[in-house]
Amino acid sequence: MAVNSAELIEIINLIAHDIQENKDFLTELDSAIGDADHGINMSKGFKAVTEKISTMADKDCGSILKTVGMTLVSTVGGASGPLYGTAFMRAGQAIGAKKQLGFDDLSILLDAALEGIKMRGKAQKGEKTIIDALEPAVEVLKSSQVDTKLMNAAVKAAKEGVEYTKGIIAKKGRASYLGERSLGHQDPGATSCYIMLSAVYKAISH
Amino acid sequence: MKKIINNPETVVQEMLEGMVAAYPQYVRKVDGFEVIVRANAPIKGKVALVSGGGSGHEPSHAGFVGKGMLDAGVAGAVFTSPTPDQVFEAIKAVDGGAGVLLVIKNYTGDIMNFEMAGEMAEAEGIKVASVVVNDDVAVEDSLYTSGRRGIAGTVFVHKIAGAKAEAGGTLENVKAVAEKVIKNTRSMGMALTPCIVPAAGKPTFTLAEDEMEIGMGIHGEPGTKRTHIMKADELVDHLMEKILDDIPYKSGDEVAVMINGLGATPLMEQFIMNRRVDDILKKNGIKVYRTFVGEFMTSIEMAGASITLLKLDDELKQLLDAQADTPAFRQL
Repeated sequence: MAVNSAELIEIINLIAHDIQENKDFLTELDSAIGDADHGINMSKGFKAVTEKISTMADKDCGSILKTVGMTLVSTVGGASGPLYGTAFMRAGQAIGAKKQLGFDDLSILLDAALEGIKMRGKAQKGEKTIIDALEPAVEVLKSSQVDTKLMNAAVKAAKEGVEYTKGIIAKKGRASYLGERSLGHQDPGATSCYIMLSAVYKAISH
Repeated sequence: MKKIINNPETVVQEMLEGMVAAYPQYVRKVDGFEVIVRANAPIKGKVALVSGGGSGHEPSHAGFVGKGMLDAGVAGAVFTSPTPDQVFEAIKAVDGGAGVLLVIKNYTGDIMNFEMAGEMAEAEGIKVASVVVNDDVAVEDSLYTSGRRGIAGTVFVHKIAGAKAEAGGTLENVKAVAEKVIKNTRSMGMALTPCIVPAAGKPTFTLAEDEMEIGMGIHGEPGTKRTHIMKADELVDHLMEKILDDIPYKSGDEVAVMINGLGATPLMEQFIMNRRVDDILKKNGIKVYRTFVGEFMTSIEMAGASITLLKLDDELKQLLDAQADTPAFRQL
């Protein structure tokens, strides 16, 4: 994999497209255990992201990711804005001024994103959050030399993470107020995280 | 969905414009931001209070911007915390050099966004402190949740901390009295019908004709228990039992009471609730110092109400009685 700035922008646009396609689905998941706005806010945020980065093809990959983060922070709101915003900003910092990304960078930037989310949300695995999808994926990527096949395995691990959230009680966010009533529902944040990872896989495997 | 709106995406902005048009003597909007500040902000040498949260809780929070209460109210999208850049703009607009207190309701998103804004303001040399309101006894305060939610009791924090700031309290003083209010405020609510977030277009949950939800939050998020519909007295008994159980009360204690309508419950029903609240307090030997009945922290068009008790001491009584002049709360 060799992704230059223009291609990175395309990958982010694909993420935005898939979030947009799943807008109602994410909102529906959120209405079961949250406040019914996850799809709406994420779609609003990524629409702004697409506009903002459209002129950044000559910039380095780190700046593009940081811009994505800052745009999400200022447009998404709720908990998802600061969490995903911090994730992209940390990913951008980890990549720095590179104008081309390889498979190893994918592992580095996702690991930085995960750490950012854990710091901002003061959360860990098993609390029914984004982390339940992202951490298993990052673990897979760190387990071996990254290639398309390993990224596919990481996306599968994220998907399993989403499934896993159905069987656990939420301990963070608004869903935590439901106690056992959050059982049986998949976490909207873990789901949107899986959608993004899966969009990245689609983009790099083509 | 039947609503008097033009476009679901512009409800917050249009609401704020209408509010500023109605109360120019009290408030103005910060250009380009969903931030309402006092018309004469910043006030030099006074600690400024900034609160806010998702929209849909009107008159909270912008309605309480004015003398004796808030300096700024930041309005996020409906039921969504405002973003850090919005809160940061509010802090900058009202900082009069004596520091800014952020009054945050205990929700994961609100805390993260206000924290990020506080970090941004501190980086620019503005003194910032914050308090987190968590008055809702419906939710267990434990390691296994994000803690109790902040609901209508937040308005008591606006009133009393606002009075302290108006009287010349330092940032430390204002924060301390806000924390005292939080420590002594307990609320619990219930709902008869759901509400519709304009951008979602449909109710976030359904309740049958003979059902109600106890412990309902103010965002349409489900409560803690769904039951058959109860008579007003039985319902109030249920809420009051949880509220009174949570802080030790003894005979002779004094409280302020707030009956808060969630948007579609008429005053008639709110007064019926208050009648029972008053009875229960009398039976327990608790003296009602002041009662506030009306809409303070709504949940769009939800039918339902919450009850808040604030246990008072002399300092809190004096600050509660102090003058306030805002669009939604006037006490002269």
